[in-house]
Amino acid sequence: MYNGGKIIAGLAVFLAFFLFPFYYNLGKANARPELKTDTPAIREWAQKYGKKECVESKDFMRAEHMQLLNDWRDSVVRDGNRIYTNAEGRHHLMSLQNTCLNCHSNKKEFCDKCHNYMAVKPYCFNCHVEPKENKS
Amino acid sequence: MNRRQFLKIAGASTVLGLGGASAVNGFRLGVPAAARMSLDPRALTAKRWGFVVDVSRLRTEEDYQKCIDACHNIHNVPTFKNDLQHEVKWIWKENFEATFPGTEHEYMNAEFKEKKFLVFCNHCKEPACVRVCPTKATFKREDGIVMQDMHRCIGCRFCMAACPFGARSFNYLDPRGKNPDGSPLIRVQSQTYPTRTIGVVEKCIACYERLAIGQQPACVEASNGAILFGDLEDPNSEVRKVIGEKYTVRRKPELGTQPSIYYVIGGSEHA
Repeated sequence: MYNGGKIIAGLAVFLAFFLFPFYYNLGKANARPELKTDTPAIREWAQKYGKKECVESKDFMRAEHMQLLNDWRDSVVRDGNRIYTNAEGRHHLMSLQNTCLNCHSNKKEFCDKCHNYMAVKPYCFNCHVEPKENKS
Repeated sequence: MNRRQFLKIAGASTVLGLGGASAVNGFRLGVPAAARMSLDPRALTAKRWGFVVDVSRLRTEEDYQKCIDACHNIHNVPTFKNDLQHEVKWIWKENFEATFPGTEHEYMNAEFKEKKFLVFCNHCKEPACVRVCPTKATFKREDGIVMQDMHRCIGCRFCMAACPFGARSFNYLDPRGKNPDGSPLIRVQSQTYPTRTIGVVEKCIACYERLAIGQQPACVEASNGAILFGDLEDPNSEVRKVIGEKYTVRRKPELGTQPSIYYVIGGSEHA
């Protein structure tokens, strides 16, 4: 091999840089985000109905909330339909600002926790108004 | 591998690549099959919504400002101080010549020459803005309201060029920003309605969000009877009664867009 030494040295330097994130984080446990659902509105709901519950089941919401929000948006803006009757037959007003964020008034401890962890940047809040965070 | 085998593999992988994900996962449904979406029982409905503006009942500066503020405050419409270039407006004042061009003349009644007229989106029956929108961000609802879906707007401003009434404004600047003097563009932030973002077009949407829960549009409520709202296709509605009794005009009817705002000119004293 011509210039073998230089090539191997170059490869070693390249790999050192390229793999830096992997060995830098090696052995560090990256804790998964813990979402807080402890807000006044949710506490009130839990007291009234005996359990914490979202518009759909927790597993469904975790996996499909983005698709659900898209469908809500289309239904509200395009068809004017505002009432969502969930799988259990319970009614909810379809509104990000007035329904979702009314309960999840802790956006920083709820939405942002996962989205930051996953490096997902939804642009909902370029227009929709964030709740005034409860500092208590 | 010969040429024939290569093409076979390439073709098969293209097909899998294009349809593969949905073939494996199926099309995802956004909501569970048992869920339903429906109209709020309180919602106001009509075949074709329309407005009647009684010009004679808007006299003082305050009469106009009450309607404008009611609208702009609940919809987070920014107010640009001394900056007409970037102005955003849903409902505003115009003089006679700009409101009803071509009908002014040299011997005109001095009162009308000076008078301001309250104008906003006409929610035309044949809206030019809807015809030109390339993304269907603006569309006509079943009830006649010309709606604007901010999620879909790409900010091309074709609708602004098409609208003969100047009813549309473009967000050249971030509406959440500040005036040069440091005051926020949105004076009172409504927590229940979104703002817009830089690069989208906005306009009056006939308070569709208030109709949906059984409330009249904000300007109608604040106008103290100067603006009426109702179903133009219902012969017994209040708007139709007024239109049937009094002489009303619409803006630029010669363009054929069929505006849904009727102006009572001259008012009850003169008619």
